[in-house]
Order: sequence, then structure tokens, then C-alpha cells
Amino acid sequence: MALDKQTVAKVAHLARIKVPEDRLETLAGELDGIVNWVEQLGEVDVEGVAPMTSAVATSLPWREDAVTDGGYPDKVTANAPDAQMNFFTTPKVVE
Amino acid sequence: MSDLLDLTLAEARDKLAAREITAVELTEAYIKAVEAARPLNCYITETPEHARAQAQAADKRIAAGTAGALEGIPLGIKDLFCTEGVLTTAGSHILDGFKPPYESTVSQNLKDAGAVMLGKLNLDEFAMGSANLTSHYGPVKNPWKRKGDDTDLVPGGSSGGSAAAVSARACLGATGTDTGGSIRQPAAFTGIVGLKPTYGRCSRWGIVAFASSLDQAGPMTRTVRDAAIMLGAMAGFDTKDSTSVDRPVPNYEAALTGDVTGLKVGVPKEYRVDGMPKEIDALWQQGIDWLKQAGAEIVDITLPHTKYALPAYYIVAPAEASSNLARYDGVRYGLRVAGDTLNEMYENTRGEGFGEEVKRRILIGTYVLSAGYYDAYYLQAQKVRTRIAEDFTKAYEHCDVILTPATPSAAFGIDEKPSDPVQMYLNDVFTVPANLAGLPGISVPAGIDDNGLPLGLQILGRAFDEETVLRAGHALEQAAGFTARPQFLAG
Repeated sequence: MALDKQTVAKVAHLARIKVPEDRLETLAGELDGIVNWVEQLGEVDVEGVAPMTSAVATSLPWREDAVTDGGYPDKVTANAPDAQMNFFTTPKVVE
Repeated sequence: MSDLLDLTLAEARDKLAAREITAVELTEAYIKAVEAARPLNCYITETPEHARAQAQAADKRIAAGTAGALEGIPLGIKDLFCTEGVLTTAGSHILDGFKPPYESTVSQNLKDAGAVMLGKLNLDEFAMGSANLTSHYGPVKNPWKRKGDDTDLVPGGSSGGSAAAVSARACLGATGTDTGGSIRQPAAFTGIVGLKPTYGRCSRWGIVAFASSLDQAGPMTRTVRDAAIMLGAMAGFDTKDSTSVDRPVPNYEAALTGDVTGLKVGVPKEYRVDGMPKEIDALWQQGIDWLKQAGAEIVDITLPHTKYALPAYYIVAPAEASSNLARYDGVRYGLRVAGDTLNEMYENTRGEGFGEEVKRRILIGTYVLSAGYYDAYYLQAQKVRTRIAEDFTKAYEHCDVILTPATPSAAFGIDEKPSDPVQMYLNDVFTVPANLAGLPGISVPAGIDDNGLPLGLQILGRAFDEETVLRAGHALEQAAGFTARPQFLAG
């Protein structure tokens, strides 16, 4: 399937990345090239093969479900572009 | 240049311990070297005051007899590791001004071992690239040049600043991270040693995430011994990274016995790719001969799914990246570009804050994970990944390590980069399979091409068998006797 301008615009919206209209064509070409190239994976016989979800054969460790950190909202918000009174801010989302 | 800068990490450590030099002297020499290396653009942030304070403390601990394994050793830290109170950029505009309130586990481990931090090293944006051309802070120049040719060359990537700095003597060793070859490929391009440990050997906590199932930190140094020493300090279990593995950290330096008698070295026929320069083929054969002469047994092996490693990587890595990079939203840290609505603010911030390659990968990742395509692309890639891991498991029934070239070419010009992204991706053809399978690998400088540029050989090993990888890498290093130096040396 060819990755066209409309698909790229849709994916860019899903990824919350603004792509200017005049870049869509070029980007569609590049992404289409990559997708066509990865499609060769379809040749591999994967009948009965389990998908690999962990790079190392190990089981995840358990730990106590306990609070181990926190209590310093000033540090947590110190890097925010517009923190106010230890809160993050966003444009208005509720009218 | 200063003799101090010519010491290897192991030599500097021994001289510091013997009180022949002080950490302050060594650090001052390196602070000057960092300044002298500015034309290479390898450091994004220099931290000389930080380094001086650490060096003074190191000298005190040496005097008190409480020195750590890396006491007083000046290192560079890839700017993907969060460092408390020190700007951490990941090479991206979107992390403008970000000063982490915490320290990554690996850089903390190095600090605890007594290491001195000279600064933060340039890299491809979010470690996405193979030439250090995608950094918001500009390209890094390779300290090596072709004979009689002034063209600026790339140092490889993504750990390009780390590689250039170690090669040019602007630090004694550096941290790198390797998701698809980002330690081993730049090491090969700059004539240094780069080691990617087994997935889980080093904690990923506090390292800016690219592709979580592939990322692994490792050392970049001038010698195999230096890499062994540095890995010993970096590695270890960390409760803050549930994928780090709880097993003891061996004495890696003790593994460098120089003896590879009876070691079974696999040579995979699938790595003989079309269009590979004959010099690389010749170097590979040379490596085979060296190890044979040293008493190793050469075994022909097959890794039949090798050709599918890169395409599988370019689904798995972007998919994980698209998810990991969702956190850069202009709310909690870094750049924020205003918009009338929340979505507009997200889109404006991410549109302006990410560079072209990062955007391409996020979009590919979003696409392959989106409804209707997940099974065809992402699930298929994960199954192919299983096949690739099985290839290695079967191969290791017949051999202990695998010998391959590190890269399909020597370093290329900054202005010679291919315009097709897929062509650029092919740089990692020999390194990516080990990431997909989670296995350790080392790149060792082994020869010089007709243009006078360094070339590397790669040794891959079994999971958590860094010791054998280092032992074989050391044997290669001894046989190669690589002494060539880059044209540009700091200080």
C-alpha cells in the first residue's frame, strides 16, 4: 500500500506533530520508501513463531507495592516551561 | 601534546595509584584538551568546574587509601545520560534548558567509582542516526581525515561526540549507548574500542529512552583493557530498571588473559554483503588469520535471517520510539510552543522541537502501530526478531564468539551523506542483529584502508559472556597492533 499525503497527515495528527502542507509530499515519499523496504519481512516464514517481547530470557523481579520516592513537587516541576504553584499548566481544556 | 593525554585509562589509573601523577594534574590537562577540541564540536556542554572539584576529591581519596576503580579518571558522558543539575539535551531542541534533578544510574556508578566528568558529549538527536548529522547542536567532525584530502568526515553515530572525543584525546573514555550500533559503528569510524554489553547488563535508568528493548549503555575507550575496566564500573543490577539483570559483575580485566587457544570463532557467511569494499573483506580475512594463528579454531556458521535484521529493526525501534517520545509535549520540561488549544500546543511544540529524522521515525512508528497495520508490521517484525535470536542460539552451539566486520565502509564525508534514509540505515547492517538478539559485541580497531582511515572488526558473544568477548577482542587488538593516530589531536 502506498503511503500518500492524506495518510501522512493523519499519522502526523495521531503523533501530534505539526507538518506543514508543503512538506507532506516529500515526507510521504520518504516514508513510503521505508515502508516498502520493510515489507520484505513478509517473506519470512513465521508459522508458529512467538513474537519476541523481551531481549533477555529473564523474569521480571517483584517488589513491594510501596511509595519509595516523592514529596518534592518543586523539583518535579522545576523544568516545566510554565509551572505555577507546583502545578504544570496547559492551555484551557475545559470550558 | 601532553604526555598525560597519551596514557591509556589503565596506565593513568596505575600512575594515579602509585602517586606518580595527581588527579588534578590529569584533569587540568584534559580540561585544556576539551577546549582544544572545540573545532570538532564533540562536547555540547563542558563542565570544567565540576571536573576540578571531583579531581580534588579524588586526590583526597587516593591519599586516604579509599580510591575507587576509576578514581581520578576524566571521562566524557554522552548527552543522553541525565546528569543532576547539568544540562541534558539528547541532541534535541525539544529538551531546551532541561537540567535533570537526578543522576542516571550508570553515570552515578561512574561517579561512585571516582571518575571525573569533563562534560556532555554530542550525539545524534535522541540517538537516532549513524553519522552524528541529526544533532540540534550541529555535526561532530571526525578527528581522522583521508590522506591528502581536507574533507571533513563524520565520526559515525549516534555516539559520535563520544567517539571523536576519545579518539582525539579529549577524554580518557566515554559512555555511549547502542540501540542498533551506536557504540560500535562510531568506534570503528574513529579507530577506538566500543563495547555494547548484553541487554540488561547496565541499568537504563536515567538514560533518555529511544527504543527500550534495544538500548544499552557501554564504554568507548582507546583500548580493550580500558573498556573492560570501565564496563566493570558501569554494570550492575539496579532496582530502578526492571530489565536490568541481577547477576554478579565479574572482574572483566581479569578475563584479558591473552589466551584464545581452542576458542571457537564463528564466521557467518551471510555477512559477506553485496558491494562491500574489498578492503573490509580483506581485513575480515586478516582477523580470521590472526585468531587462527593465536590458537583459535575457525568455524563456518550460518545466520540465515541476517538480511531481515535491518528491516525488523526499522519497525521495532521506531515503534518503541514513537511511544517513548510521546512524553515530549511542552508541558513538563523543555521547549513549549504556544497554541490555542492543548492539541495545537502539542503539535506546535513537537513540530518545532523534533528534527527531521526523529519526526520520520515517530511517524513510521505511529504508522506501524496504528489500527489495521499492527499485525502486518509490528507483530511480524517481533516474530522475525525471534527468528534472528534463534539464529544466534543455534550458531552458539558450534562456536563461542562470532567475528564480523564492524561496518560496511570507512567514515564518509559530512557532505557525502546519502539523501535516501534507507541508504543511511545500511551503515548498521553488521551491528543491528546483536541488538535485536540482546547480545554483547565489541568493535576493535584493526586496520587502515587505502585512504588512511581506520576500520574495525566486531566480536559478538553469548548473553552475559562479555568476558569471552573482551578476551577475543584483546587477542585481535594484540595481533593488529593498531598504532595509527588521527590527524587532529587535542592539546
